[in-house]
Amino acid sequence: MQLNDHGESLCGQHVLQYPYRRATGPILGRFFTEIRDNGRFLGIKTSSGSVLCPPVEVDPDTLEDLSVDDLQEVGPAGCVTSWTWLSEPRPGNPVQRPFAWALIKLDGADSALLHAVDAGSESVMRTGMRVIPRFADERNGGIRDIACFVPED
Amino acid sequence: MAETRKPVTTIKTPVAIHYNYSIGAGQSAFMRAIREGRILGVRCPDTGKVYVPPRLTSVETASPMTELVELPDRGVVYTYCIVNIKFYDQVLDIPYAYGYIVLDGADSAIMHLIQECPVEEMRPGMRVKAVWKDPKEWTESLENIRYFKPTGEPDLPIEQIMNEIRKKSYA
Repeated sequence: MQLNDHGESLCGQHVLQYPYRRATGPILGRFFTEIRDNGRFLGIKTSSGSVLCPPVEVDPDTLEDLSVDDLQEVGPAGCVTSWTWLSEPRPGNPVQRPFAWALIKLDGADSALLHAVDAGSESVMRTGMRVIPRFADERNGGIRDIACFVPED
Repeated sequence: MAETRKPVTTIKTPVAIHYNYSIGAGQSAFMRAIREGRILGVRCPDTGKVYVPPRLTSVETASPMTELVELPDRGVVYTYCIVNIKFYDQVLDIPYAYGYIVLDGADSAIMHLIQECPVEEMRPGMRVKAVWKDPKEWTESLENIRYFKPTGEPDLPIEQIMNEIRKKSYA
């Protein structure tokens, strides 16, 4: 018997997966709880007076710990500050038809949240457009409690 | 509408990577044979060592290797690992053992499950043989062998195993 490399190589489908579960900490815990239970967004006010959403645990200017007392409501509507069109959604993407990944600055916030915008067509997308969240039918705590954002009008 | 649910303290963030994995000529020969219940290795033309599964070039001399060798489904446990902890998606009840098994006539080891042996009785040098699935279930997979089990024959002396391990310089 001879081994040669002229035969066609066999090919198999492999999946490498990790069932991670991450601790949110107190600030993001409140952020996700508020989305899940009330459909409301929280940002966090820093020492410089800016409001960050998603909220962070540490003040980016002073490096002091921030507290849940610094959280305040933002949104739920906002505007797109940047976006990229995904013409072929991948399995597991939040929208299963062509959509945009977008940075969305919620009203009252000074930083942007990354999420999907289901606009139907790339021609609808523009920087500065107004969007509102569409929440998932079943909310279990996590960013997927927001199904996606859609154009406001 | 507010609900009284426990606050969110953790979030699920699963990660999955889907591969189409092309296994190459050596592994393909191995898999095509094991689909028929045969185990193939390849012999190095320079050292005479037999590698299983086959690979295209010698680990020690980099010579092309083309001579396929059929190997028996029995061999010796060189080393092993006893799994004592539970983990996600675990199929077997703990404790259980995975061993490095050097088939008779081979110079490299395959890793496989060892069963029908209490883990306290596991030892290097133990002779084992394959327990195969029903041939109707055979596919291109080493899982055609369900596990290896002790044959009851006398052990390979530990001194011999240590000598052989010292001699073997492959990765």
